[in-house]
Amino acid sequence: MKYMLMMHAPGNGPLQIASWPADDIKAHIAFMMNFGRKLAAAGELVGAEGLSGPEQARRVRAGASGEAITDGVFPETKEFLAGYWIVDVDSPERAYAIAAEASAAPGKGGAPLNMSIEVRQVMSGPPPEWTPGA
Amino acid sequence: MTPLDPATQDLLRTLAPQVLGTLVRRYRDFADCEDAVQEALIAAAGQWPAQGLPANPKGWLITVATRRLTDQVRADTARRLREQLVVSLVPADEQIALAADAAGVNERDETLDLYFTCCHAALSAASQVALTLRAVGGLTTAEIARAFLVPEATMAQRLSRAKQTIKAAGGQFPAPSEQERLARMPAVLHVVYLIFSEGYSASSGDRVTRVELSSEAIRVARMLAELVPGDPEVLGLLALMLFTDARRAARTGQNGELVPLDEQDRSAWDRHAIDEGDRVLRRALARGMVGPYQIQAAIAALHDAAPSTEAADWPQILALYGLLRRVDDSPMARLSEAIALAMVEGPAAGLAALDEAAADPRLADHHRLDAARAHLLERAGDRSAAIACYHRAAARTGSIPERNYLLLHAARLADV
Repeated sequence: MKYMLMMHAPGNGPLQIASWPADDIKAHIAFMMNFGRKLAAAGELVGAEGLSGPEQARRVRAGASGEAITDGVFPETKEFLAGYWIVDVDSPERAYAIAAEASAAPGKGGAPLNMSIEVRQVMSGPPPEWTPGA
Repeated sequence: MTPLDPATQDLLRTLAPQVLGTLVRRYRDFADCEDAVQEALIAAAGQWPAQGLPANPKGWLITVATRRLTDQVRADTARRLREQLVVSLVPADEQIALAADAAGVNERDETLDLYFTCCHAALSAASQVALTLRAVGGLTTAEIARAFLVPEATMAQRLSRAKQTIKAAGGQFPAPSEQERLARMPAVLHVVYLIFSEGYSASSGDRVTRVELSSEAIRVARMLAELVPGDPEVLGLLALMLFTDARRAARTGQNGELVPLDEQDRSAWDRHAIDEGDRVLRRALARGMVGPYQIQAAIAALHDAAPSTEAADWPQILALYGLLRRVDDSPMARLSEAIALAMVEGPAAGLAALDEAAADPRLADHHRLDAARAHLLERAGDRSAAIACYHRAAARTGSIPERNYLLLHAARLADV
């Protein structure tokens, strides 16, 4: 089963990481790179992307004639989605374990960040035995 | 299936555009011909390793592709009409039996027209790139999809829509005169450079399984240079890509972070590529028709020849950027010119030039403007302003390695 692991970062103010010493930033990047490689090597990684910051974000809805009405920027937003992984694993517990590992990525001074990672199951098509008429 | 050895693979991909050019010239329909050639390439990849190379590989491919095309037309047509239709696809003056690999009217023009078709203005840039890689580069849909990290079905759809667009726009577009050919060349060069840049800036993906788009762009440019040896801009582009690609091994750190020119280990640069670039650029400049690619290649050559960033011939680089601005006034060229000016006259002059460049709306909010400003502020000794600019640039860039570089650089400044 597939799960999406969504990493949220504080959205108010400049990038959190920007205030860290260079060595801590390096350690964090190395951790994330290695984390992605490990998931891929385990055959569990479906996809992962990092997202640009809230400065670039816009909310869009359609106007009366279907035109795009954009809203944003959101510099005051409390939390924003910084990136996600989609993993294919055997159990929800495994997805939680992966999320916990990502959550403990090293931050300032190497201390674990313990950031919040939202875990959601990616819905699938109908299971075979439930296909009508099959 | 026995895997193809690299030499056969190269041969197949070199022949692909020639075979397609010949078929399109004879049978007109680009989309159908393109499908037929793909099938012939797959057949060759299956049979040649086991049975050995045919005596005339190109003739073999043309014969098989023509057969596939005929089958396709048969399948598409009422039985009664099929023979008539196959014949009617061939222009009247060519309805005589041609040898399978007969060169046609002008083989060079046929292949060249293929480049123009793939880069037709009716197509989006993404479609031009994908179609060029398939029709000219001979890559499979799966390989192209992998290179761009999109699902294969998505890439198949992009290719098929591109071919429909070409069909709707009236098939292919043979250029009536040599002059018109040359006028269409910038569009082709642009697409080749897009392919190169995509390969150079890709931020994610497993390197091992990715088709190297940078190498592919260089290969396509080499074929193009053979087709139009008289166009110095083709050579200029080839040289520019060789000079840039030569730094590939030195431009990223072990965690994929960007290493800028002034921090690269120059001993890791590919000297063979630089030497070839020098030879190609000399051939281009000897023709005396200077264009933007040759100028950019000349700038890259000066960097590649220098033992360090500081030691580069900055007055000449500055003069070349001035020349580039006259032939092709792009925002990025302005930024680079401001940096060059700072190297010659000091950071204050560079910062003033950046303020001037910022008036261009294409540049005003661009992260590279902040990055350039940060760099010059750092050189000027204004550390806190430099850090603020690095952070602003980091918040705006769409590239993870670039963001990491900007953050790390700012952090190092703050640590001092």
